[in-house]
Order: sequence, then structure tokens, then C-alpha cells
Amino acid sequence: MGEKKTAVLKKLFFSTLYLSAFTFGGGYVIVTLLKRKFVDELHWIEEDEMLDYVAIAQSSPGPIAVNGAIVVGYQLAGLKGVLVSVLGAILPPFVILTVVSFFYSAFKDNFAIQALLSGMRAGVSAVILSIVWDMFLGVLKGKDWVLLLIMAITFVLNYFVHINVIWLILGTALFGVVRALVRQRGGKG
Amino acid sequence: MIYLQLFLAFLQIGAFSFGGGYAAMPLIREQVILHYGWLSEADFANLVTISEMTPGPIAINGATFVGNQVAGILGALAATAGCVLPSCVFVSLLALLYKKYHEMPLLKGVLGTLRPAVVSMILAAGLGILIPTIFTTGTVSFVAGNVQWRFVLYFIGCLVLLRKWKLNPILVMVISGVCELGMQCVLRFAG
Repeated sequence: MGEKKTAVLKKLFFSTLYLSAFTFGGGYVIVTLLKRKFVDELHWIEEDEMLDYVAIAQSSPGPIAVNGAIVVGYQLAGLKGVLVSVLGAILPPFVILTVVSFFYSAFKDNFAIQALLSGMRAGVSAVILSIVWDMFLGVLKGKDWVLLLIMAITFVLNYFVHINVIWLILGTALFGVVRALVRQRGGKG
Repeated sequence: MIYLQLFLAFLQIGAFSFGGGYAAMPLIREQVILHYGWLSEADFANLVTISEMTPGPIAINGATFVGNQVAGILGALAATAGCVLPSCVFVSLLALLYKKYHEMPLLKGVLGTLRPAVVSMILAAGLGILIPTIFTTGTVSFVAGNVQWRFVLYFIGCLVLLRKWKLNPILVMVISGVCELGMQCVLRFAG
């Protein structure tokens, strides 16, 4: 029994470690890979259950990859599972960025590195704005003018008025709660 | 105390970034540049670039990088711990609620409303990187000497490579980096 539990924890740790170390492209990719590992390969989690876990991981704040690891770890081995899977998920970026940070301090004033990084800044702006465009189209598709208004207002308040993003998120969330409650009531009546 | 500051700053980043990796970007910017001044705009842009090129969520990468830069490996540990703590609490809580009620229309409604706000904040953070890249003074004005046309060209070129040719983002960033390196070498040896 004890041995089996240790085996589960070990597998959990190395699975999340591996997924975290080799997944480029953000949280959504890693959630798919978690499903492949724990549902299709190990058969530790049912497919339906996994869909719920993905929903929880996406609804919670924080990195989706970490959230996914937490919810899977919790389900498989309780709090110990959470600890082990979180460690597995954050260890690779922690080690990589620590090394990068060391070299960054040493080489950021180097001519070639500086040229490379400043050129890449144009590239990363393009990557981010391209993603924003896709997300914008996603919101637009809903044809909900309230959401479009929220987008415009929060942009102005953030970019031009420089209001702290935390207040904007809290404010929008509060508005969302009120709106959801009104809708719920409207649906019942 | 610096470790506590790092922990609390990234606790807020972890607690308020809804909707995946990029949602953390505006929050990191807010805390790390505007509030504490731990990184310059250029360092932040480099951090985002590095995050794109390495595996791992931007928030964790940011916590490790900023922590290391500001207070060494212990700082990185404090920041990372702060960053994942809200996840642990929220996910467990939601998992409990989910098991009990199985559906969360209220939460879904709230998240649906948050999404456009998150999109606009990511846009603002993206502009925060783009504008200082293109305009020397960091503000939008078309006075002679303020616009770096070379970077406008890179930016448009990258957009074409991404949208039309569907190239891998990492490759696109490397291409624009190498272009600039080549240009600076040419400028250096020609001048």
C-alpha cells in the first residue's frame, strides 16, 4: 500500500516535470498533454473527470499549467500529490530561468546579445499583438456589445489613465457577478 | 524586506491573472516595473522574449527571473512560492465546490466578463513593448529621428511571417533578432 503510493507520487512528479520541461506554447497545450498522459496512457483518470479538471484549471487564477498539475495531483494523491506535482511543474522553468538570469546579467551589455535582443523585441511584439488579435476576434464572435464596451473601457483606463490592473480586474469581476446574478434571476422569472 | 516584497508582489500576480499565461503579463508589468521598479521596460521586454523561447508559464519564468535579478536564488524562491500559492488555494477550493455543485454558472459568467478586460490589458502590455521599440523617445510622435523605421519593418515582416506563413513564433523572433544583429554589424563596420 505504502509502496504503491510512493510509486504514484514518483510517477506524478516525473510526469509533470517532463511535461513542464518540454512544453512550449503555453497552458492550453500542457492541459492537452496532461490529458494524454493521465487519461489515455496511464488510465488513472476518467475522460469526463478530466474535462472537469481542465475547466477548474482554466477558471482559477494563475498559470494554467500549474493549475492543471495541482488538480491532477490532488485527485490522485491528495495534498501530498499537490505538493509533488507543483514541484514537478515549476522545477524546469525555475532552473532554466535561474541559469538564463545569470547569463543575462553577465552578457546583457555585450554588443551582439544587445542587438539580438533588441531585434527580437520587434518579433515578440508581433507575437503578442497577433495573439491579442485572435483573442479579440474570439470576443467579437460572441456579438455581446457589453463585452466590447468592457474591452474599450478597460483599455482606456489601463493604457491612458494608468489605473492599476488589479483594480480593473476586481471591478470587472464585480460587474460580472452582478450581471450573472441578474441573468440568473431573469432566466428563472 | 526584499524577500517579503517579492513574495507579496508575485502573490498578487498569481492571484489576479485569470485566463492563462499572457494574462500575467500586464500584472508583472504593473508590479515589477511601475510599482517596485525592479526591472526597466527594456529588461521586461527581454524577459517576455526569453519566456517565449523557453518552456514554462510566463508568471513562473517572471518570478524566477525577477527574484534572481533582485535578490539572488532566495529571492527567486520567495517570488515563485508567492506566485503558485494562490493557484494551490483557488484550485483546491474550486475542486471542492465543483464536486458539490458540479456546475458553476456564476463563475462562468464572471470569467466570460473578465475575458475582454484581460484581452485589452494584454494589448496594453504588448504596446508597452512595441512603442519603445519603434519610437526612440518611447512616445508616439512622428518627429524626424523619433521613428526607427528599421524596427517598423521588422515588426511588419514578423506579422506577415506569423499570420500568412504561419511560422513558429520562436523562429519569427529569432529571425528578427538576427536581422538586427546583421544590421548593427553592417552599420558598425560601414561607419
